[in-house]
Amino acid sequence: MFQKQLSTLALAAALGLGLVQPVAADALLRIGLQQEPTTLDPTSDATASIAGMLGQNVYESLTTVDESGAVLPQLAESWDVSEDGLTYTFHLAEGVTFHDGTAFDAQDVKFTFDRAMGEDSVNPAKRYFNVIEKVEVVDPQTVKMVLKQPDAFFLFNVAQGSASILAPESAEDAKTAPVGTGPFRFEGWTRGDRLKLAKNDDHRDAGEVALDRVEFRFVADPASAAAALMAGEIDAYPGFGAPEMLPQFEADPRFKVSVGSTEGEVILAMNNSKAPFTDQRVREAVNHALDRDEIIEGAMYGRAVPIGSFYPPHGAGYVDLTDRWPHDTAKAKALFEEAGIAGDTLTIRVPPFAYATRSAEIIQTELADAGIDAKVEAVEWGFWLDEVYKKQNYDMTIIAHTSPNDLGNFAKGPEYFYGYDNADYDTLWNAITVESDEAKRNALEREAQHFLADSAVMGFLFQLPKLSIVRADVTGLWGSSPVTFQPLSGVRIGSDM
Amino acid sequence: MRRFPVNLVLGAALAGSVTLVALLSFIWTPYDHAAIAVTNKFASPSFAHWLGTDQLGRDVVSQLMVAARNSMIVAFVSVVLGGGIGIVLGVYASARGGWVENLIMRVSDLSLAFPALLFAIMLAAVFGPSLQNTVIAIAFINIPIFARISRGAANQVWTREFMLAGQAAGMGRMTLTFDHVMPNIAAAIIVQATIEFAVALLAEAALSYLGLGAQPPAPSWGRMLSDAQTLLYLAPQLAIYPGLCIVISVLGFGLLGDSIRDLSDPRLRRER
Repeated sequence: MFQKQLSTLALAAALGLGLVQPVAADALLRIGLQQEPTTLDPTSDATASIAGMLGQNVYESLTTVDESGAVLPQLAESWDVSEDGLTYTFHLAEGVTFHDGTAFDAQDVKFTFDRAMGEDSVNPAKRYFNVIEKVEVVDPQTVKMVLKQPDAFFLFNVAQGSASILAPESAEDAKTAPVGTGPFRFEGWTRGDRLKLAKNDDHRDAGEVALDRVEFRFVADPASAAAALMAGEIDAYPGFGAPEMLPQFEADPRFKVSVGSTEGEVILAMNNSKAPFTDQRVREAVNHALDRDEIIEGAMYGRAVPIGSFYPPHGAGYVDLTDRWPHDTAKAKALFEEAGIAGDTLTIRVPPFAYATRSAEIIQTELADAGIDAKVEAVEWGFWLDEVYKKQNYDMTIIAHTSPNDLGNFAKGPEYFYGYDNADYDTLWNAITVESDEAKRNALEREAQHFLADSAVMGFLFQLPKLSIVRADVTGLWGSSPVTFQPLSGVRIGSDM
Repeated sequence: MRRFPVNLVLGAALAGSVTLVALLSFIWTPYDHAAIAVTNKFASPSFAHWLGTDQLGRDVVSQLMVAARNSMIVAFVSVVLGGGIGIVLGVYASARGGWVENLIMRVSDLSLAFPALLFAIMLAAVFGPSLQNTVIAIAFINIPIFARISRGAANQVWTREFMLAGQAAGMGRMTLTFDHVMPNIAAAIIVQATIEFAVALLAEAALSYLGLGAQPPAPSWGRMLSDAQTLLYLAPQLAIYPGLCIVISVLGFGLLGDSIRDLSDPRLRRER
């Protein structure tokens, strides 16, 4: 009797499952993130996680980049480049619509680029667009761009989140309600908690998109993130902050762990426009005080590669300059004394990311050994963007620059938060951008690395690794990050699909 | 027949030893508590490092000792500060009576209705995390507690005959408060202060666990505990040590306060 009842139940359950299967197959991927942005417009804010969530997912750009860093077509299905490298003609995909139903055509491209190039543009990557002379609409499916000078990175740059194509009808609300042409629609953002995306069934490649819904959960604290992963509340955490917990996940068959590379140079930024950092001796002293091995072992548990300048070690033009200012506390002390600031108090304002707060604690003692009383101030991301990044109101800070090809950061002029202004370097950077020959460009990039290391502009610490913890049945997430975005159209859950 | 006061002795022993260790840390710790030696991280207990080293190779014993000192200072200053203000308000309310008493007591009732720790977290979040703001936050939540206790005790004193005699002799209410009310409520306040000291220790640990208390490199049990969270798999002992310290100190001062109260309460004393 009991057994019979049981089998009836099982049958009923099976039937029930069979009936609800099409609905239950709703594939939801929950991704944990360390950094919550304060706004959602990738064309007006430098926060990497905006492009990280929306770039090539909600928004699309003319081109895109794959995991190896190669440029691929996106909204532009093909392009022609003139002999002199100055004119780019983009042939746009047909039948593309924005999520609000408006059609995408060449006018939208012109609008987007004019907006980013304009005098009052707040685009965080304005330098990408400075090189453009004019944007012309040839016909609704063709756009022509004329450059002031050749730009070796141009096709790569227009793939980035900051070059996301917006429509004039919806661009104004992009800060809270992003509307793009991508494979996912923006569904909602609960501040402090999560951001939701849903599959865009009208997308031209909708058939190949496996995920129905995506949720980004903002969990900055690694301990909470680990608990959420263990409890099955998060399916993937691509930028995990606590390397000491990786062995625990590696031993757990429910998860895949990977250590990949990012374009993120982690630097101890010094405010070059503010005393005492206007004095090269002070910057050299800070560099001598730093012990990268100790920082990497202590903060990253050895899972990072040291850098001596502002260039990723896996890049083609890399040169190892980690010995430019070898760790030498006595020398640092002497230089601080020579500069007359021994015993002074300096503040390190750190954003709420594990790599930054942990490095700060070690750097604090290293500076103390060299006779500088460093005060560590842990601040919120919004505060950091406002006070440090926009107002240059800081002595030192620790931050990872995850954008690719960002040697140009030091050519952004004194109003950029480095406060660095050097005409020779600007010339050098310009030479890099116009050089189309890769070998020559790499040589120039090496020169630029030497330049920055020699002037001890910053304390260059290490290349941020990409520590990913992903549920074992999730495939398609990138193990490395050549760009700040992460396309989700190729991500799948389970093997049956 | 009086029973052996187990709680009192145990409480005094625990609280006393924590206090001693905290005092000792002023003149001696095995190592500089902030000295980093990353190559020697997660060392096991040994003669060199009695409880081993933490994730940055810092000596755990030295950190626990200095953290004890910091916690005790925070608890002491905040109880003295909050208690002082609360007592003044309480006895003043009692001496004046009328609307002044009503106003002071209603305001303190109102602030008591607020969850104390939540309030301290709010203060620390608004004014920024630091040791100083932790003290202020914990002192603040102590004000209404002491105001209530001292006003209640003072009101009892005011009903006594010697107070009536004093008033009849023409002594002012303030003079009476200082000469007669204060000495008579002292015992009740000392008991309360001991109990609140334990609460303050716990509050400090909670605030620094949340990153709102002492900032690095100043060690604190709460922060050591939160740092150890991601290390539970690698080095669980790093969570156990500060956790034990919190338990020992809070238990010690809690037991001490409770048993002094029991001793000083005449009704309870008669029962024994």
